Amino acid sequence: MHADWHTFWPKVVDATGETVYMVLVTLALSALLGTGVGLALHTTRKGGLLPSRLVHTVLNALINVIRPVPFIIAIVALSPVTRSVVGTMIGTDAAVFPMVVVATFGVARIVETNLLTVEPGVIEAARSMGAGPLRIVVTVLIPEALGPLVLGFTFVLVALIDFSAVAGTVGGGGVGNLAMTYGYLRFDTSVMAVSVAVLIVLVQIAQLLGNLLARKVLRR
Amino acid sequence: MIELRDVAKTYPGAGRGAKPFTAVEDVSLTVAAGRVLGIVGHSGAGKSTLLRLVNHLEVPTSGRVLVDGRDLGALDGRELRAVRRSIGMVFQQFNLFRSRTVLGNVAYPLRLAGVSRAGARARATEVLRFVGLEEQARRHPEQLSGGQRQRVGIARALATSPGVLLCDEATSALDPHTTGEVLDLLRRVNTELGVTIVLVTHEMDVVRALCDEVAVMSGGRLVEHGDVYDVFARPRHPVTEVFVRSALRDLPGDAARERLRARHPGRLVTVPVTRDAAASARLSRLLRAHGVDFTVAHAGVGEVRGAPLGSVTLALHGEDADVDAFLAGLTAREAARDATEDAPHGATREEAHGKAVA
Repeated sequence: MHADWHTFWPKVVDATGETVYMVLVTLALSALLGTGVGLALHTTRKGGLLPSRLVHTVLNALINVIRPVPFIIAIVALSPVTRSVVGTMIGTDAAVFPMVVVATFGVARIVETNLLTVEPGVIEAARSMGAGPLRIVVTVLIPEALGPLVLGFTFVLVALIDFSAVAGTVGGGGVGNLAMTYGYLRFDTSVMAVSVAVLIVLVQIAQLLGNLLARKVLRR
Repeated sequence: MIELRDVAKTYPGAGRGAKPFTAVEDVSLTVAAGRVLGIVGHSGAGKSTLLRLVNHLEVPTSGRVLVDGRDLGALDGRELRAVRRSIGMVFQQFNLFRSRTVLGNVAYPLRLAGVSRAGARARATEVLRFVGLEEQARRHPEQLSGGQRQRVGIARALATSPGVLLCDEATSALDPHTTGEVLDLLRRVNTELGVTIVLVTHEMDVVRALCDEVAVMSGGRLVEHGDVYDVFARPRHPVTEVFVRSALRDLPGDAARERLRARHPGRLVTVPVTRDAAASARLSRLLRAHGVDFTVAHAGVGEVRGAPLGSVTLALHGEDADVDAFLAGLTAREAARDATEDAPHGATREEAHGKAVA
């Protein structure tokens, strides 16, 4: 039984809304948490602002353990934790939890890598002027790395649209769920085509916004 | 006033089993207020580390650093940061904030010091006027030339009206013309604002152009320290000798000396030219007294701190007996010796001077 497009469009709109919701909530939470972890990783490294071998090693190991796990496995592996935190294992909110966990560590690595592009000399200059570590992070480190950081977050945003579709196939909502339940399980090529088209448009919009913002920050 | 007392800095070796590396070893040095001190040395001699000990960007492994009588090692983090605001620093690669405008760069240390936004703007504009970049205030660092960037760096370092300015190879990334401009600016910083300057460089010309005193580092140690003219005229350490020669370029090198011998059949003698005007007069009298003529074979005389310094190599013409008598007189008067052999290695400049080289 194929979709009747007169009545099916609202479903596509709802699914798109769910996808956008999942992606934006995940981006907000993982950006917050991931930036924190990334900053901690950068500042605790040898020669950093607050060197701590212990903290650095632990965070580094944690990232290296979580990042290689394929996302679809992570969703399943985290499902008991998801149930205890969110209260359910299916639906949009249940999908957001593993997305945030995985994205946080991805963001952390991206933030750390981009902060490394800031010349140590610039940080030394701020120290010579009497700036403390926290002040340097907020007024030097982040502003100086903002251009590459924006591009890094754009990359994360695109990856999250991908994540959301994967989460959709295993019980999360959104366009991925639509493609799975109507397009795949009911062999409805038109639904599949529309789902793919929606995802492509979302990715294009995300990339466009990211590039515009980065260009503004980088002044080129 | 800056006082370093037996400071040393040792870094733990990188990696397992690596030997610790001592960058600075037992250096004691005092810089009086209002002076300009140049620290010279080859790369790796420890001069940049020594400079960073002064504002505790590097904390000494042992010894004490006193700035205006305050022992930096005894201060907590907050107090140390306050002291750093009274010590400006300028860097070889400028280290400007790319995310800020020229004005924003200069205003940054003022904001750190708790100055209001408007107050910081006003003071930053004032300092930019001092370095001649008022019109560039709204531009970004990457839109400026190297020399302009360094002037922004200097303006930023001066924003909080520090009593001391530390310069780490401040002109080493600049071409000779721009170097001259930056040195002129630093001289104004010292004379007009009364700021004490400690600068690290590997260029003796910078020391000659700007400094009152010079300190020479070698292998982490301070091997020589004194008034610039005195050190140029009488370097005591071989490393100092190399640096002084690089700036004065007055003595012929080995190859040049061979060519001089081939060109001039007579005896060659090198005599020093110093701020002692009587010495030149004596030389002239002595030449006349013995009826000896000369040709200038090689010479390098310039100004160091406003006084002449260098040497002249003369090819002597005359009867052998007259030349001998002249050289004997020169030896007696100028503490110079008649010798046909080359100067022994490590000989002081004084010995090398006034000496027949052929």
